[in-house]
Amino acid sequence: MTTKFTPDHEYIRVEGSTGIVGITPYAQEALGDIVFVELPAVGKVLKKGDEAAVVESVKAASEIYAPVSGTVTEVNEELTGNPGLINADPEATGWIYKIAIADAGEIDHLLDSDAYAELTL
Amino acid sequence: MAEAPTEDLKTTALHAQHVAASGRMVPFGGYSLPVQYPSGIMAEHKWTREHAGLFDVSHMGPSFLLLTNPSGDAEADHAAVAAVIEPLICGDIAVLKPGQIRYTLLLNETGGAIDDLMVGRSPLFGGALYIVVNAGTKDGDFARIEDAAGDKAKLTRADAEQSLLALQGPEAVAVMATLAPGAEELGFMQYAPFDFAGQKIIVARSGYTGEDGFEILVPNENAAKLWDALLSDERVKPIGLGARDSLRLEAGLPLYGHDLDETISPIEADLGFAVSKRRRDSADFPGAARILAEREGKLSRQRVGLIVEGAPAREGAEILDASGTAIGVVTSGGFAPSLGKAIALGFVPPAHAEIGSKLQVSVRGRSQPAEVVPTPFVPHRYFRKPKAS
Repeated sequence: MTTKFTPDHEYIRVEGSTGIVGITPYAQEALGDIVFVELPAVGKVLKKGDEAAVVESVKAASEIYAPVSGTVTEVNEELTGNPGLINADPEATGWIYKIAIADAGEIDHLLDSDAYAELTL
Repeated sequence: MAEAPTEDLKTTALHAQHVAASGRMVPFGGYSLPVQYPSGIMAEHKWTREHAGLFDVSHMGPSFLLLTNPSGDAEADHAAVAAVIEPLICGDIAVLKPGQIRYTLLLNETGGAIDDLMVGRSPLFGGALYIVVNAGTKDGDFARIEDAAGDKAKLTRADAEQSLLALQGPEAVAVMATLAPGAEELGFMQYAPFDFAGQKIIVARSGYTGEDGFEILVPNENAAKLWDALLSDERVKPIGLGARDSLRLEAGLPLYGHDLDETISPIEADLGFAVSKRRRDSADFPGAARILAEREGKLSRQRVGLIVEGAPAREGAEILDASGTAIGVVTSGGFAPSLGKAIALGFVPPAHAEIGSKLQVSVRGRSQPAEVVPTPFVPHRYFRKPKAS
């Protein structure tokens, strides 16, 4: 199991051919209180960089992009009633969606945790 | 999520306080100001509704307009200075009692709002007005007022040497009374001078949150001392611009440059109360023909409050009728922390403005239900003195 990051502050935790996508603790901190999450439709086909979801804070809406290409297999329905999970626990119960990774090679081009940590210093 | 660069921003006298409190500084109206502190917008918003929130609003434009040659007769001098400002605005200033403040609008010749502002009659001197305008419009406003004043009156800006603080919330009055004894006697929209640390401060019972509270003008050299003194009371927490915006939105109060601009009249903006009766009767304010016709029903759009189902509809979102035809636009929108749902202000034709009208808003290309509701969304809790019997 490995977790990779984008410069836009999404993470993807790779479990076999599936990736679990959310936003990093740094991102949730910067966004502030999340009040609404627009989830992708299960079955939606995404290309790397496509807008996959939207998280809304009190002040603004922020797009969440697909870190890799693939098909959405599951979304975190808990966020509909409790969007604050993203603030409270972004890397575990605050995950946003799962994606069937189309091209494992794309994972290699993402940032590892050290490179991401450097970005957010 | 990129933050705007901090180019040539002015700082307020409280900058060190904001930084020490880990305020997240952002550019706003040419100033570097905190959008939030670490507790976050939601917590700051709720704290203000339940206790007392302290805001740095030093970016705004406080000023004084003083008659050049007062006669010494306070009533005559007030009438004279009121006559200087009234041709620019739609409010009755002549009628103000000493220490009374009025919300009014600076209008252009077509009745559009150049700004919304507060005008107060000095509680001490005849022929003196206290005027507070918005940050983004202050240079233009002040030039306009100076132009109208000519040699009859002199406008003195107080925005560089003085700071403006706002203390808002149900516990604001108890806190204010400890620092400025007697401030609790002020009625809503009244102001008076008080002594603080050996200098005069001006305390007004007014604000922009819908709560009881005060706006305080303090010389820069004492601003940090007053800020710290207010915060030393455990009922008070510092509040950033983010919660200031969500609080005013819940209170249904317009934000200039968004819900008001030079094309929007006071009637369209649902600010008819600010067009004073005496001024209507004499039709002697800029854009009177349009504004009076609009009052009689010749209105093409009007400001409404919307409760939005689902994602917040932000400024610029289209408003649609039930059949999906575009009829208007959202001018302010967001999440209402006190209500736990999305709310918006926007403009629609009168046929769709009735309370209960079922409309839609377009968010990211999808239509969501929205219903016209009365504003304020959260009831105002201004302090009203019991009427003397």
